Amino acid sequence: MIAEAGLAALWLGAALCALQLVLVVLTLMASKQVRSDVVEGSSEKKRGSEQLGPTGLVGEALELSRAIRPVAVAQGVLTLAAFALLILLFVRVDLSVLLVAQNDHSEKPFLYRFAASWGNHEGSMLMWVAILSIAGAAVALLERRLNERTLIATLGGQSAIGLGFYAFLLFASNPFARLTPPAAEGQGLNPLLQDPGLAFHPPTLYLGYVGLSVAFSFAIGALVTRDVGPAFARAMRPWVLAAWIFLTIGITAGSYWAYYELGWGGWWFWDPVENASLMPWLAATALLHSVTVLATRDGLRAWTVMLGVVAFSMSMVGTFLVRSGILTSVHAFAVDPRRGSFLLALLALYIGGALALFALRIGTVREGSRFDALSREGSLVLNNLLLSVILGIVLVGTLYPLILEGATGEKLSVGPPYFNSAAGPLALILGAAMVAGPLMRWRREDVRPLLKKLAPAAALVIVMLVAVKMAAPTIGILPLLGLGLSAGICLGSIEPLIGRNLRRTPLFTWGMVVAHFGIGIALAGMACDSAFTAERLVAASVGQTVDVGPWRVKLASVTPGFGPNWTSMEGTLEASRSGATTILRPQARYYWAPPTETSESAILTAWNGQLYTVLGAQAGEGRWQLRLWWKPFVTFIWGGGVLVAFGGTLALIGRLRRERRSAKNREAFA
Amino acid sequence: MSAPVATARRPWLLWVPLIGFVLLATIFVIGLRKPDDPAISSKMIGETVPAFALPAAARDVQGLSSSDLADGTPHLVNIFASWCVPCAAEAPQLEMLAKNGVPIVGIAIRDRPDDVAGFLTRYGNPYRRIGSDTTSKVQIALGSSGVPETFVVDGKGVIRLQKIGPILPQDMADVQAALAAAR
Repeated sequence: MIAEAGLAALWLGAALCALQLVLVVLTLMASKQVRSDVVEGSSEKKRGSEQLGPTGLVGEALELSRAIRPVAVAQGVLTLAAFALLILLFVRVDLSVLLVAQNDHSEKPFLYRFAASWGNHEGSMLMWVAILSIAGAAVALLERRLNERTLIATLGGQSAIGLGFYAFLLFASNPFARLTPPAAEGQGLNPLLQDPGLAFHPPTLYLGYVGLSVAFSFAIGALVTRDVGPAFARAMRPWVLAAWIFLTIGITAGSYWAYYELGWGGWWFWDPVENASLMPWLAATALLHSVTVLATRDGLRAWTVMLGVVAFSMSMVGTFLVRSGILTSVHAFAVDPRRGSFLLALLALYIGGALALFALRIGTVREGSRFDALSREGSLVLNNLLLSVILGIVLVGTLYPLILEGATGEKLSVGPPYFNSAAGPLALILGAAMVAGPLMRWRREDVRPLLKKLAPAAALVIVMLVAVKMAAPTIGILPLLGLGLSAGICLGSIEPLIGRNLRRTPLFTWGMVVAHFGIGIALAGMACDSAFTAERLVAASVGQTVDVGPWRVKLASVTPGFGPNWTSMEGTLEASRSGATTILRPQARYYWAPPTETSESAILTAWNGQLYTVLGAQAGEGRWQLRLWWKPFVTFIWGGGVLVAFGGTLALIGRLRRERRSAKNREAFA
Repeated sequence: MSAPVATARRPWLLWVPLIGFVLLATIFVIGLRKPDDPAISSKMIGETVPAFALPAAARDVQGLSSSDLADGTPHLVNIFASWCVPCAAEAPQLEMLAKNGVPIVGIAIRDRPDDVAGFLTRYGNPYRRIGSDTTSKVQIALGSSGVPETFVVDGKGVIRLQKIGPILPQDMADVQAALAAAR
C-alpha cells in the first residue's frame, strides 16, 4: 500500500502543479486586462479599488491569485510525502517494489538502506522533483517583498519546470513500480556508495542544484512582468544565497568523500559529474555578485537576469549529463540512455524557452545605472566575466569528447592538464580581483588610494613568492603563484574590516570577509597539495618500514576482519614522526552483494596535513601493496570550503535581518 | 558598461545565448544517437604491426617478434595474462581454433615465466609462440587497452580485426570470418 500511496501523492502533486500553472496564466491575463482598463482612463476605478495598492491586482485576478500560494504549498507537501514514502519502502526493504529490489539489501545497515533511496536513477529524480516543489512552496510561503505580479509569474515558472519533471518521473522513471512476484533478496548497492558521505552529500548538492530553480523562476517572472530592478534583486538575493550555500557544502563534501573513499589521494578529478556540479556553482557565484550590483546600484539588469537563467540551466544540463549516460564517468552507477531523449526534450523546452523569452523581452527592460570601469561595480563585472569564461572552459572540456566523437568518431578523454592550465591562471586573476573589489568604492574609485590599500597584500604576495621559491626551487609555476596569492587573499580579504567598528559592521560584510578568506585558505591547500605531496608506492612485507615525507611508517601486521556485509584484510600501520607513534588501519574490503572490492583508506590528520594510507592487494610472498601519501595542508581545501559556506550563511542571516528591520521601520513610519 | 546599452545597438546579440544553447542541444542529440561505448578500439586496424621483438614468456616456448607475423599466413595474436580470469574463459575457444589449424601466437602481459607455465598447464597451450611483454609496451603499441584482446593479423602483417574481451563461443563465427577474409 505504501508504494500506491506514494504514487498517488505524486500524481496529486503533478495535478496541483498543472493547476498552479493554469491559475498563474489566468491571473496574469486577467490582471493585464485590468491594467489596460486602468490605463484607458477610469482613474476613479483605480482610486475606488482598495485592493489595488499593495498587490497591483484587482477583481477576478485577485480572486484567482489567492489560490496560487496554497496550491504551491500543498504541491510541495504532497511531493515531499511521496519522497518520504519511498524512503520508508527502502528502510523496510519492501522487495515487492522493483526499485527497492534492485538497489536495496536486507543485510545493509539502516543508514545505507535510508541513503539507498536516492542512490539510483528513479529515487534521485524523485528527490530532485521533491526539492523543486518544496522550493516553490517556500517561495509561496516566505516571499513577501516581491511585487505580487512578479511573484505570481515566478510561481508560474516554478510550476512550468515542475510539470515536465513530474511527467518524466511518472511516465519514464516511476520509482514506485511493483515487482511480481516479489524478489527473495535485494540486489544490494554499489559498495562504494556504502558510506556515510552518501547520506549527506547528494541531498545537500541537490538542494543547491535544484534550489537554483528559484533564481530561474525569478528571472522568468521578471521577464514576463518586465520588472527588473533593485527590489527584484533584493528579493532574489537570499534565495540565490541559500542555494549557493548548499551547493558549496555539497561540492566540498563531495570532494572530501571522493578523496577518502576512492583511495587515489586526489580531491578533484575533473570528472564529468564533478564538473556538472561545478558549473552551476560558477554561474551561481557570478549571479550572487551581479545581483548585488543590481540591488545596490541598479546596474547589470540584463546580465543578472541572464545569469539567473544560466545558473539553473547548468543544473539541468548537469542532470542531463549524469542521468542520460551520454558521458561515461566514475559516477555512472545510475544511468539509462533511453531516458536521455526525454530529458533532452525538457532541456530544449525550458532552457530554449527561457533564452527565447530573454531575447524577446530584455530589450524592453530599461537600462540600468552606469558606472566607471574602475569601481566596485567594475570589479564585480570582471569577477562575472572571469567566472563565465571559467564556466565556458569547464563546459567545453566536459563536452569536448562528445563533440569529437560526434564529428569524427574519435575517442578521447579530457583530463586535469587541460582544466588546470586553462582555468588555473584565470582563477588566479579572479583571486587577485577578489582582493581588490571589496576595497573599491561604488561608482568610481581612484587609482592612487586603491594602490595604497592594496599595498600590504601585494607586499605579502611578493614576500611569499620569494620565500617559497627559495625554499622549494623546483615548484611548478601554478602552485607557486597559488601559494603567493593565497597569502595575499587571506590578508586582503580582512582589510575591509580595518578601521571599522567591528560590532557595527553589518553581518553580511562579515560574511563576505569570511567567504573570501575561505577562498584564500582553500587556494593555499590546493597549492600545497599539488606542490608538496610526497608519495610512496611499495610492496611491503610485514615488519618493513617505509619513509614518506616526515613520517616513518611500519607495516606491523595484516589481519583478516569482517563487517555486516563484507570481509576484509586490515593492515596495522605504525606511523611515527618526532617520537610519537599513531596506529592506522587501512582495509582492503570485499563486499558480497554485489561482489566488489574496495579499499578503505586510513587517514591521520595532523595540524599541518594528512598522512593518507591505502592497503592494496597481496603482492605474493607475504608482501602487500602499500600506498602512502603525505599531503601537507591538504585539509585547508575543505576547511576553506566550509569557511566559504559559513561566510555565505552569515551573509544570508545578515541580509534577512536587515530586510526584517527595514520592513519594521516602514511599518513604524506608515 | 551596461549590457542593455550594447544590445540596443546590436539586437542580434540578445539571440546569441539561444543560438549557443541550440548548438549545445545539437551536440546532445548526436551524442544520444551514439550511445557511449566504453570499449576503446585500436587505431592500428588496417596498419602494419609495429616492429617489436619479445623474449619467450616461459621456459618451453619461443619468443615473438613482428617478423614472425608477416610470413604469408594470417595469425591470431592473443593478448593475455596468467592473472586474468576472463583469459581462462576463452581458453577452450582458442584450443578449438588451434585444432583447426589456425596459427595462434600469444603476448603475455606483465607476467612471470612460472605463472605463464602454470596457466598453460591448467588451461592448455594453443600458442605457437608466446612473447613476454612485462611493461605493456607492445600491447600499447598495438592499441590494446586491456586483457584479453585478440587481433587478426594477415599474412603481410597488417592488423585486420580487433576483438576486445574474451572470445566466447558466440564470437567464433566472427573470428573465423575475419581469418578467412585475411587469407
